[in-house]
Amino acid sequence: MTINEIQDELIEDFSFYQDWMEKYEFIIQLGKELPLIEESNRIDQYIIKGCQSKVWLVPELKDDKLFFTADSDAIITKGLVSLMVKVLSGHTAKEIVDSDLYFIDQIGLKEHLSPTRANGLLSMVKQMKLYAIALQAKAL
Amino acid sequence: MDTLDIKAIREDFPILKREVNGKPLVYLDNGATTQKPKAVIDAILNYYTDMNSNVHRGVHYLSQISTDAFEVTRRKVQEFINAKHDFEIIITKGTTDSINLVATCYGQKFISEGDEVIISAMEHHSNIVPWQMVCESKGAKLKVIPMSEAGELDMDVYKSLLNPKTKIVSVNYVSNALGTINPIKEIIELAHANNTPVLIDAAQAVQHIKIDVQELDVDFLAFSGHKMYGPTGVGVLYGKEEWLNKMPPYQGGGDMIKDVTFEKTTYNELPFKFEAGTPNIEAGIALNAAIDYINELGIDNIKKYEDELLNYATEKLLEIEGLRIIGTAKEKSSVISFVVEGTHPYDIGVLLDKLGIAVRTGHHCAQPVMEQFQIPGTVRASLAIYNTKEEVDALVAGVKRAVTMLV
Repeated sequence: MTINEIQDELIEDFSFYQDWMEKYEFIIQLGKELPLIEESNRIDQYIIKGCQSKVWLVPELKDDKLFFTADSDAIITKGLVSLMVKVLSGHTAKEIVDSDLYFIDQIGLKEHLSPTRANGLLSMVKQMKLYAIALQAKAL
Repeated sequence: MDTLDIKAIREDFPILKREVNGKPLVYLDNGATTQKPKAVIDAILNYYTDMNSNVHRGVHYLSQISTDAFEVTRRKVQEFINAKHDFEIIITKGTTDSINLVATCYGQKFISEGDEVIISAMEHHSNIVPWQMVCESKGAKLKVIPMSEAGELDMDVYKSLLNPKTKIVSVNYVSNALGTINPIKEIIELAHANNTPVLIDAAQAVQHIKIDVQELDVDFLAFSGHKMYGPTGVGVLYGKEEWLNKMPPYQGGGDMIKDVTFEKTTYNELPFKFEAGTPNIEAGIALNAAIDYINELGIDNIKKYEDELLNYATEKLLEIEGLRIIGTAKEKSSVISFVVEGTHPYDIGVLLDKLGIAVRTGHHCAQPVMEQFQIPGTVRASLAIYNTKEEVDALVAGVKRAVTMLV
């Protein structure tokens, strides 16, 4: 599936939930389902510090595609992290760099990407794109 | 007035009528900033509608009335904290600005290499970093009064830290992260016995507790307007005349000078020596209305009601399984910080927000406090005069619901 197909699918998934609390129950569920990263990867090299919750993001290159695993110490952040991983993991550097993450806005979670949320999510998206840019630069 | 009519008080605050996320707003982030009564909002509006003009400058009518209104606030603050002189009241941008002023100007004159500055383990970053900066530039040492698991300062260690090298002691009256009321009278007496002046950060105290600077014999006192029902961008530094006169000016500019030539500038007298540039005039003027508001209710009545509410909230929150209150000092004011086993404070904060409940989560600009308790942060509910038991019940129900979802 392309990045946009995954985004559209997520938008549809979220459209079932009317109430805010239901939406968050779903995000929490996603957070609980996200496989934990290996303890050996919970290190400073992979940490993205928000003011309040921490995010760990580990990139891995397989057959020209970037794969991400991630984790957070807060469960809602973890759920949101899992959405980002679902959308961006397993694509080429170019696809990731060029991607427009419109799904966040459409499912009504834009506030979580605002700089004031301090959950590390905005930095995480930036970091995912930076890994992709670095990979592109290397290939040139 | 002995018992406050909270319902009537709520009517004074227009914002309390609004909804957040489809739910009635429950505002429990008063430690960050309080809401404003209509009298304060009207004072700001009235300033721009009727008297906008720069202060301390013009001979024209508007400048005269805005200057008068601004200076009324200075005298109101003087009365409010019982300062000896109105020129001991410096109008600043806020607590942070006030502390930086003292750290910079006092530090420049009185702190040298090898000297020591004492702060406490429960300070807000704004009462840590300015002193670190001074210590770094002067080669002085920062000493920290430790605290117990309950969040009470270790006064024996404090006594042992005081020595002839101690040049200033700077501690908060009430901890923003824990709610502890510190024994500042004793802290000041001990410092004075050592010939050391004391700065009290009263940002979390002045809206809850009666302060008399002469009775406390405190040398410097700092607080903000926006945490005491007043506007943002205005604060106060009280300083004893003798210290303020000995200190060099802070920033250079207009208002703080007497005569300027390219060879030499002579500085204005107190308080203007420390008030360079055009101040936040509307905020300065509206602060007067905020203090009037507190005076009308009576600070002792406010404290009595808030203490009652704090006890109620503490009791109710402790009924939640796995909930631990961070900061269990005997003397506390209006702040409850807590964590719930198996949850992250951020998660609870996000879910409470969706229920219309505003709390603060995180380290509350007091990272060393969080480090001592080995937690990433807390959920903090901080109370003000307009909060009710019903709102505390809503908080408790909200936390319960969040915990059910998260664990």
